[in-house]
Amino acid sequence: MAVITVERKPLTFLERTYLPQIAGGLKTTFKHLIAPKKTLEYPEQRPAIPVGYRGVPTLVKDPNGREKCVSCQLCEFVCPPKAIRITPGEIPADQADRAHVEKGPQAFDIDMLRCIYCGLCQEVCPEEAIFLQNQFSMSGYTRAEMVNHKDRLYELGGTLPDAHHKWDKKKAAEEHGNTH
Amino acid sequence: MFDFYFEIPLVIRLILQGLAVIMVIFPIAGACSMAERKVAAWIQDRPGPNRATVPWVAWIPFLGKFLQRLGVFHVMADGGKMMFKEDSLPGHVNKFYFVLAPIVAMIPALTTVVAVPFGAYFDAAGKLIPLGLAPLDIGMLAVFAVSSLGVYSAILAGWASNSKYPFLGSVRASAQLISYELSMTLAVLPVFLWVNAPGTEGTMGFARVVEFQSQPGFLGGMWFGFLMPISAFIFLVALFAETNRQPFDTVESESDLVGSFHTEYGAFKWGLFFVAEYSHMIVGSGVFMLLFGGGWNPLPWVSLATAVEFLGTFLPFAHAPLFVGILSIAIFMGKVLAMIFFFMWVRWTLPRFRYDQVMKIGWQKLLPLSIANLLFYAIAIALIQK
Repeated sequence: MAVITVERKPLTFLERTYLPQIAGGLKTTFKHLIAPKKTLEYPEQRPAIPVGYRGVPTLVKDPNGREKCVSCQLCEFVCPPKAIRITPGEIPADQADRAHVEKGPQAFDIDMLRCIYCGLCQEVCPEEAIFLQNQFSMSGYTRAEMVNHKDRLYELGGTLPDAHHKWDKKKAAEEHGNTH
Repeated sequence: MFDFYFEIPLVIRLILQGLAVIMVIFPIAGACSMAERKVAAWIQDRPGPNRATVPWVAWIPFLGKFLQRLGVFHVMADGGKMMFKEDSLPGHVNKFYFVLAPIVAMIPALTTVVAVPFGAYFDAAGKLIPLGLAPLDIGMLAVFAVSSLGVYSAILAGWASNSKYPFLGSVRASAQLISYELSMTLAVLPVFLWVNAPGTEGTMGFARVVEFQSQPGFLGGMWFGFLMPISAFIFLVALFAETNRQPFDTVESESDLVGSFHTEYGAFKWGLFFVAEYSHMIVGSGVFMLLFGGGWNPLPWVSLATAVEFLGTFLPFAHAPLFVGILSIAIFMGKVLAMIFFFMWVRWTLPRFRYDQVMKIGWQKLLPLSIANLLFYAIAIALIQK
């Protein structure tokens, strides 16, 4: 590597007085003084959430309003801080619209004091039932308040569009006499 | 109309006038603390404190919201907090001097106001009467003498705190204040050499200086800031150093001295140091404006008398002493506040000098410059006024 000798010019008299630099600095700060403010005033103004943002994990329903989660417990197993607790349950026989759904969680708790927002649950979920969505602020006065139960998770999650319609296909296949 | 006022005994009248001036300086010092935060915020592209509000003010449709956005109520919240906080007295301090220090800081800061005229009016004979608490003939000397007492508060506070950082801070403060006082005094001498022309009555008062800047003609109406730019510059730099403002903030440099001599202070005693610093700034800006900025004259080459004459053409009450007095005070306060804004603007622009740089600038740059400046003007004035 060649060594390049940079000539260092001695400071001029004006530069040594430091005054032109001060004047330049004052000019810059004055520009900022009258420039529009860059701050978001938080509770009233919210930041735009970028695509792919990992916020609070939520459970989502399919377009028919059914739970997508089948309580396979993969997210519970993959969760690094063990924030997820699932109690698997059967689908009650009296719910006709859920007749073709395999299973559903009886209880689904995510402890937000443990969650590290890594998104592994979303990645591992075979049913596309758990998503880290846009909510970024979680607060509560007690530890119990910081645990999101199943109903709260669905309330946060809402319904997302679904490309697969797995249970509809299963129902149609069954009506045609195929098991799958 | 105001005859009843002049029938009050002189002592009570003076006390009333003094209280009136303090009642103005104190809120301005408070408002300056807010302005400081707002200017800092605006320069950093932030809106600044704008949340606190009082219900019955918030109900005023437009003004209430405006005052809230301006952060006016944060001043009151801050001040109120300072009043009600526990005024703690650390166990390891020398109690007497520890309590004395903020008082010693406050007294000179407010006393200097006495010698500073802040307005003027014309009496029936058309003579200019300056408005001030005490129209001293030794105005400049009084300000220098009393304001330099402020250094004792720094020394006392640092020594009485009985801990390391306050002590270092007070040593720095005293060295810095003493160093820059020299250049400051030398910088104003040309002004008084010029004002005290041979054959006139000698004075060190401010009123005469302002009178000199309000004469007719090109040279007469010229403010001393234009006539003696080097003097004005040295005085300004020394003023920044004397008031411990950035870039001469080494006394208070939080990053190496915690909080300097007021590290151990809290609540109201700390507040007194704070108000004293802003009072020094206000008085210092006032003195600068009187000496180099034309005092209560609205514009260069436009004196107060000319302005009143002009206003008199369409305002019937323009020649009333009350109106002229209020107008001159408003002009002067406007200039002082502009100056304080400049202090803040510089603060949020420049980083602070290192301590050795402060000493070097003071002794090796400013002092020779001010001596050369004095010699130049002494010779020039001697040639012009002989």
